[in-house]
Amino acid sequence: MTALLLDRRQLLLAGAALLAGGMPARAEGRTVRVTIDRLAFQPAEISVAAGDTIEWVNNDPFAHTATVKGGWEVAIPPGRTATHVAAPGDSVEYYCRFHPNMKGRIVVSA
Amino acid sequence: MKALSTTLGAACLVLAASLAGAADKPTDPQIAHIAYSAGVIDVEAAKLALSKTQNPDVRAFAESMQKDHEAVNDMALALVGKLGVTPEDNETSQSLAKAAEAKRAELETLDGAAFDKAYIDNEVAYHAQVNGALETLLIPSAENPELKGLLETGLKLFQGHQQHAEHVAAGLK
Repeated sequence: MTALLLDRRQLLLAGAALLAGGMPARAEGRTVRVTIDRLAFQPAEISVAAGDTIEWVNNDPFAHTATVKGGWEVAIPPGRTATHVAAPGDSVEYYCRFHPNMKGRIVVSA
Repeated sequence: MKALSTTLGAACLVLAASLAGAADKPTDPQIAHIAYSAGVIDVEAAKLALSKTQNPDVRAFAESMQKDHEAVNDMALALVGKLGVTPEDNETSQSLAKAAEAKRAELETLDGAAFDKAYIDNEVAYHAQVNGALETLLIPSAENPELKGLLETGLKLFQGHQQHAEHVAAGLK
């Protein structure tokens, strides 16, 4: 009986989590794509939730990075894709270390 | 060091005079030659830096210069091939090469921190020079839209290089 009660409570909790999270897929995070074309991050600004995966697709024949000053850096080789999973504190501006005129912005919503 | 910056200034003046002195606007085959030559010069400078520097930031910068300028020159070669344009040697390309030769002779005599500083300072000046030429002369003169587009990408790339060089220069002080 206790076991059954626990099960029911767990079910309810799971249901509540689903409702709070909206789509069940949200639990694993979405993938938000930024394309790099002719030395520009497009879109330059993205809004993500913590846990979402940011994917940079580098269409240039040049090596780029997504670099946060004093923070993380993702290497994005020419013609390749690189990813970063957004953390709660990742509302940041970033740039390319090799071409600092390339700038982007990430806004993490609560 | 004073002599070096004087020579650097003189080299810049030669280039500026040559670019400004070309009263007739350059043709597409000449523009292609100038842009390609400017890239080759920077690749050669990068190779020299890679053979000399011990500084990781200078090394990373030089590696980036070699790869980027080779990649953009490959794009240029592919484009002129597609357009059936034969790059044409001209006065501006020649004075670029001459100034680069003088600079290289200077850099070859230096080592260590003195080399790093001279190389990076010249990269800032050289990219500023080439970007100025792209903005005021080469891009406005280019007739073919695809060539113009490639030059515009080149300008963004080299503006990035100039900023990168400025960051490295700030770290050397």
